[in-house]
Amino acid sequence: MSTLIALTDRMLGYPGFAVRFKRLMHTLLQEVAVPLFGICCFLIVWSIAANHINTSLGKFPGPVTVWTQAKNLVVEYKEEKQKAADFYTRQEERNAERLAADPAFVVKTRPYTGKVTLPSQIFTSLVTVLTGFAVAMVVAIPVGIAIGLNKTLNSALNPLVQIFKPVSPLAWLPLVTLVVSAVYTSDDPMFSKSFIISALAVALCSLWPMIINTAVGVASIPQDWINVSQVLRLSSMMHVRKIVLPAAVPMIFTGMRLSLGVAWMVLIAAEMLAQNPGLGKFVWDEFQNGSTDSLGRIMVAVLTIGIIGFLLDRTMLQLQRLLSWDKASASR
Amino acid sequence: MSIILDISQVDMDFTTPTGTFSALKNVDLKISKGEFVSLIGHSGCGKSTVLNIVAGLLQATKGGAILNGREINKPGPDRAVVFQNHSLLPWLTAYENVALAVKQVLGSRMNAKEIREWVEHNLHLVHMDHAAHKLPSEISGGMKQRVGIARALAMQPQILLMDEPFGALDALTRAHMQDSLMEIQNELKNTVIMITHDVDEAVLLSDRIVMMTNGPAATIGEILDVKLERPRDRLALVNDAEYTGLRAQVLRFLYEKQRKVEPIQNAAQKKLGSSKRSAA
Repeated sequence: MSTLIALTDRMLGYPGFAVRFKRLMHTLLQEVAVPLFGICCFLIVWSIAANHINTSLGKFPGPVTVWTQAKNLVVEYKEEKQKAADFYTRQEERNAERLAADPAFVVKTRPYTGKVTLPSQIFTSLVTVLTGFAVAMVVAIPVGIAIGLNKTLNSALNPLVQIFKPVSPLAWLPLVTLVVSAVYTSDDPMFSKSFIISALAVALCSLWPMIINTAVGVASIPQDWINVSQVLRLSSMMHVRKIVLPAAVPMIFTGMRLSLGVAWMVLIAAEMLAQNPGLGKFVWDEFQNGSTDSLGRIMVAVLTIGIIGFLLDRTMLQLQRLLSWDKASASR
Repeated sequence: MSIILDISQVDMDFTTPTGTFSALKNVDLKISKGEFVSLIGHSGCGKSTVLNIVAGLLQATKGGAILNGREINKPGPDRAVVFQNHSLLPWLTAYENVALAVKQVLGSRMNAKEIREWVEHNLHLVHMDHAAHKLPSEISGGMKQRVGIARALAMQPQILLMDEPFGALDALTRAHMQDSLMEIQNELKNTVIMITHDVDEAVLLSDRIVMMTNGPAATIGEILDVKLERPRDRLALVNDAEYTGLRAQVLRFLYEKQRKVEPIQNAAQKKLGSSKRSAA
């Protein structure tokens, strides 16, 4: 063996090549082969189990059915896009003809109202969750900092935070719906009502973990750093900007990651419940539709929800790695 | 020499759940300009409390401290502190840590170029120019403490306060840091109060060693003048009669006159006491 290693080393003119190669193989095995094996096992178990579950809409979809449906959904999306494009060209042609015939004609463009496809629902859900999340962030981080800095304020607000935190935003949904309907009245609204309702529900649930984590992060700043700030006589503004905010960044990110995970779960449920456009509505529509394809299509949506949730979390983690000074807290 | 700092009749009481704990009683100390004074004593004797009162981080219950004719009632950059565990801000590089202090303290008097030069000058003083753009997590404990000293020096303090600055370092690094500090001191002639546990460190660095009695109600026991010639060389001093004599005097004070009696049966009480003192 050792002669073999020596030989390869000499051949490649690269000492320690064999050792490196072995290490690389080990990493590949650990990081790629083992997870792949896990996924394969899951697919087998799933396909066997699916075969044995009979529902009123036929057999529970196995991996193959789901894959077919996923392809169908992509085809449908492409067809729908084509139809929309055709619709607009037709409309333009017609408008041009009428304008030629009658110069006084006022051109009106009507929007295409075709079938809503999965990709467009994914897009709606993503925009909604990010909007709600951003709203929550704008409110929660300043409030969290204020609570963390001021014991009195903490005593005043902590009970409220603790009471509202366990409330599922779905319980708020009817109230949010009614209030938005009553307050947000405009002839030409910039956002649709359903979008605002969903986003507010997301914001309501993202708020609490972010407030709590920010406050804890701020309140647990080491006394040493506060002493530094005092010796330098930093003003309150500078104290917050130069010491408090950076010191709390790791905890703020932890809160944000928790919030985003919860927000994504809640959004899907809210969309199902309120019939607001998005992935949740897609699932609900398919359920109501009740064709033999429905279960497979729902399964595609379920996997999509999972993958997007995972990607959101990873994005947040990458952001944390990029922006947080505490690399240890960003490694998990 | 002129008196720069006058600590007079300072009492310090802490309120604890079990009643009032008297940490300091009647502490009196005058420090001249350019003097290097060490505070030495057993742990929990209130050395840090004295330093924190001078720093303005604690308010004396009775009495007070006057710096340059002005009463001390809050922290400020004229009394820069070198903290035991460096307290560098981990999200800023060595340069940025020093720059934050310089901008805050001297920013109104300096332009951007002067600020940059002053930061670099102070980092150079502690031999840290090579790692100026590293984060605290990327440098060793001794290097962090160097940056901490640079930050304190950069504030151009009236008096430099050091709270066991080398306590957390290994013996070799500590010796190296002491030599660096003597070198800087030789150049700048700052007024310094340093807290230490280390008898050799106290004798090597100080002009005066202030020895404190054990708490509760700790006060100044004895003051020892160290008239060893500067610059001092630690190797040459090893066999120096004056040095060993001074060293012996400090040791005698700490281990004979102020021996900490901690009987085993009182271990529980000791624990209680130390938790009280750690509040100090």
